[in-house]
Amino acid sequence: MRESMEFDVLIVGGGPAGLAAAIRLKQLAAEKGSDISVCLIEKAAEIGAHILSGAVMDPRALNELIPDWKEQGAPVTTAVTEDRVIFLNETRGRKVPTGLLPDCFLNHGNYIVRLGNVAKWLGEQAEALGVEVYPGFAGAEILFDETGAVKGVATGDMGVTREGEQGPAYQPGMELHAKYTLFAEGCRGHLGKQLEAQFNLRNGVDPQTYGIGLKELWEVPAERHEPGVVVHTTGWPLPSDTYGGGFVYHLEDKLVAIGYVVGLNYTNPHLSPFEEFQRYKTHPEIRKYLEGGKRLAYGARAIAAGGLQSQPKLVFPGGALIGDDAGFLNAARIKGSHAAIKSGMLAAEAAFGAVAAERQRDELAAFPEAFRSSWLYEELHKTRNFKPYMKKGLWMGSLLFGIDQKVLKGKAPWTLHNSADHDKLKLASECPKIDYPKPDGVLTFDRLSSVFLSNTNHEEDQPCHLQLKDTSVPIAVNLAKYDAPEQRYCPAGVYEIARDESGSNPRLQINAQNCVHCKTCDIKDPTQNINWVVPQGGEGPIYQGM
Amino acid sequence: MKILVPVKRVVDYNVKVRVKADGTGVDIANVKMSMNPFDEIAVEEAVRLREAGIATEVVAVSCGVTACQETLRAAMAIGADRGILVETDVELQPLAVAKLLKALCDKEQPTVVIGGKQAIDDDSNQTGQMLAALMGWPQATFASKVTLGDGVATVMREIDGGLETLEIKLPAVVTTDLRLNEPRYATLPNIMKAKKKPLDTVKPADLGVDIAPRLATLKVAEPPKRSAGVRVADVAQLVDKLKNEAKVI
Amino acid sequence: MAILVLAEHDNQTIKAATLNTVAAAAKLSGEIHVLVAGANCAAAASEAAKIAGVAKVRVSDAAHYESHTAENVAALVVALVANEVAGYSHILAPSTANGKNVAPRVAALLDVAQISDVTGIESADTFVRPIYAGNAMATVKSSDAVKVLTVRTTAFEAAAMLANEGGAASIEPLAAGLDLGLTTLKGRELTKSARPELGAAKIIVSGGRGLGSGENYHKLLEPLADALGAALGASRAAVDAGYVPNDYQVGQTGKIVAPQLYIAVGISGAIQHLAGMKDSKVIVAINKDPEAPIFQVADYGLVGDLFEVAPELTSALA
Repeated sequence: MRESMEFDVLIVGGGPAGLAAAIRLKQLAAEKGSDISVCLIEKAAEIGAHILSGAVMDPRALNELIPDWKEQGAPVTTAVTEDRVIFLNETRGRKVPTGLLPDCFLNHGNYIVRLGNVAKWLGEQAEALGVEVYPGFAGAEILFDETGAVKGVATGDMGVTREGEQGPAYQPGMELHAKYTLFAEGCRGHLGKQLEAQFNLRNGVDPQTYGIGLKELWEVPAERHEPGVVVHTTGWPLPSDTYGGGFVYHLEDKLVAIGYVVGLNYTNPHLSPFEEFQRYKTHPEIRKYLEGGKRLAYGARAIAAGGLQSQPKLVFPGGALIGDDAGFLNAARIKGSHAAIKSGMLAAEAAFGAVAAERQRDELAAFPEAFRSSWLYEELHKTRNFKPYMKKGLWMGSLLFGIDQKVLKGKAPWTLHNSADHDKLKLASECPKIDYPKPDGVLTFDRLSSVFLSNTNHEEDQPCHLQLKDTSVPIAVNLAKYDAPEQRYCPAGVYEIARDESGSNPRLQINAQNCVHCKTCDIKDPTQNINWVVPQGGEGPIYQGM
Repeated sequence: MKILVPVKRVVDYNVKVRVKADGTGVDIANVKMSMNPFDEIAVEEAVRLREAGIATEVVAVSCGVTACQETLRAAMAIGADRGILVETDVELQPLAVAKLLKALCDKEQPTVVIGGKQAIDDDSNQTGQMLAALMGWPQATFASKVTLGDGVATVMREIDGGLETLEIKLPAVVTTDLRLNEPRYATLPNIMKAKKKPLDTVKPADLGVDIAPRLATLKVAEPPKRSAGVRVADVAQLVDKLKNEAKVI
Repeated sequence: MAILVLAEHDNQTIKAATLNTVAAAAKLSGEIHVLVAGANCAAAASEAAKIAGVAKVRVSDAAHYESHTAENVAALVVALVANEVAGYSHILAPSTANGKNVAPRVAALLDVAQISDVTGIESADTFVRPIYAGNAMATVKSSDAVKVLTVRTTAFEAAAMLANEGGAASIEPLAAGLDLGLTTLKGRELTKSARPELGAAKIIVSGGRGLGSGENYHKLLEPLADALGAALGASRAAVDAGYVPNDYQVGQTGKIVAPQLYIAVGISGAIQHLAGMKDSKVIVAINKDPEAPIFQVADYGLVGDLFEVAPELTSALA
């Protein structure tokens, strides 16, 4: 029997969106002299531990949320001093003159942050305002009331064995009920996915389109460190028909964040985002920042890149999707934390108004309305055609998007459309194999030594949180047609094709303990046969300011 | 019967620590901290003894920075009844902690102190033994089974190559080994309840204890990396090397 | 000033850990005394006198030292330190379950710090020891008058045993202290299983995915482990593949082991596995892939087909 508890507002997910919503709710209550109970749950062991982002942050939303964030000690300290956008070919790079760059590529006034640290700090602000913050608890199940409206979530059971039985340490989850539940799970939230289906939130919008971002944190020699410098690259090592690019952000304390994003609409099943990232680091233009340094951390996370036209309906009876759970990221600006914060604030304002008016479990129509008249809508509208242009290939896409932004100022009378990522793979037999270089253990690494640095961990004796709808598909379809692409797109080595000693009888081995919760498998599996669900609360990576 | 359980806030078990480039220590800024796993076992054991009706109260104690409150809340979420924080920013070494705990034992008069055998940060494995010495109490370290009787405790303890069973007079200090129990998951309702349990804060000076460190850390370095050795051609050569060069068989 | 080493013994013989501890003591300057506290322990005492470098053996023979309980032994050591004319600058015990039980109690009674698991002696007051499960090495300096150390035995080559009858060291009796009567030993149960426990084993034979199946694991590795008196371990990949249960697992999420000899068979050497066994004294790797990362940490690497090599090794050792 599960215990339950009632709140005015429940927030599922402690990233920038969820925490901004929590903070805004408490601020409004304080302003109005009323009280509102707000509970926030987070599947990571602590706030910020599942956050992975570049990240360059536009402080616009933070200025609105906590105007005195500097005085309050926000870990937002490294102002961007220079933008470098570089087109790479195999041996050299060509820097794009700053004057040619669309505004969305310019970061003057923005900050390079470790977003996990920002989230941790926002969590402290939320707790200080009286939000009940519970890291270590995953929203495992959506709860509906008798009218079909969302009435909250249940946290996952603990101590269930691999076979699904109640083990000696079994503890049932808890039901958290609320007048409104805000889902802020980040990109491809597993509850968000269910809500989209349950309430037909994707009717009339384009499919979402995604990228996988891989990132490492390095400590580099002082002479290679240029605090405040933001480098974005495109081109090599990806072929020009594959969307993606890299970044190098020079943080404080001799730290450099380096990462690579690959669009998940790639077509060659032999492609490995992880290996692309590793060889990316060997380019002379990139290597020069890292040589003599030491890799400190690694992680990966999927991002939603579809923009406005891929955004689902934001509200449903009893709640709303916020942040990247609803695809608020601005792919053209290569940032989303400001959008996440703003969306959380707008949803909070709508929820607060509704609770104050003694409403509950209806649609928070005020949220999408407020979004539509916000600067955030204007910003996302301006860059809405970025990702679709990029489908035309790197060179044509850059040219068209450049014209769109520089000449038409994002006001082109057309809106281009997105399509789903999972059905883009071509047959393995029709695609060139890619010969990736072996890791050198200094600049480039293998998957497992990388996963090691994510601090990820999962109890072994629990049901596998990577569910196969049909257990024959991995071999009969994925291996037969696509040479089991999950072996390569998974950045954590979760999926392996194991064979017996004679090399026959292939089977899919799922090393669920390695999972870094990036959700790529849930997105890219060609027949959507893999369903990512939450493991026990508190598990998964423990990122330290990623 | 009152049980006192010392709990330490340490770098989380799953986090790989990194030695700072300047050699002054390991980098624990922004690192996830948790309760020392052996202490978690100690709390679990104490709570089980209370649930079995043998103990009446479980008091968790933590010595260190303000954030050790979280560790005490975690202990209370497992089931400790209340917490005492001995708050200080000074680096605490095992002897100092033992002295602080002695002062609290003098005040609280527990029948048993159950603590972890060692903390996973400094790996000292000393505090329980030191506390027992200072109190003049018996000690049963590395416990894998604890039975409390009338005035005595029977403790099975892990020794090299097996187990031994000691009968110790109470009051006493017991330190836990891994196999003693499997700590429960702290449930959300219990974490909520733990927020409301009493937590007192005292300062080392209030207890009249000198906590000055006796050891100065001069340097912290990465362990030497293993390097690849030699390739042997066949089994005969391998056996020869193991017998005559490495002398391990 | 002299140095006192607490002997590990079973009243009849001196345990090997004592020899390593004497070797550590020899890195300090001062006469080395060995304390043998036990019951009917004359045989152990005369053996202690044969350890190279030992000047004096102090024997305290009384019934209440039979089981080496920390309370009585610590009180005896403290009394000895107080009464020794030369004075003791250092007290050393091996980092065994027994040494770790007694040494902190001695230190607290002397009101000094204790320094655990010493792996290096830099000077009379400066020592190196592992912290964070060996992921960092700390160099610490003591400001106490008496330094109480436990010594990681694998870090110091054992002192030699002298062949001459009677030994070089003098044997002096030491009056027993009072029986504090705080603790009674009720029984000892030494593991009888032919195969030692993974965490305590001196030799470990560990298998990985290269074995191909659970059946092969048992067929190939059990005879090898039997031949060596070794414990059996496995990589996570082998555990995940269902070859052996989870408690065989060596590595970051499994057990961390540091035996004298670790033989990795068909283990590629993922970092998680290496994290769990890199402190082993000698590592042997048998793998058909010459590029396997395990070879980067192996003292002896044998590239070959484990299905041939493992049985061959077993018969070579049998």
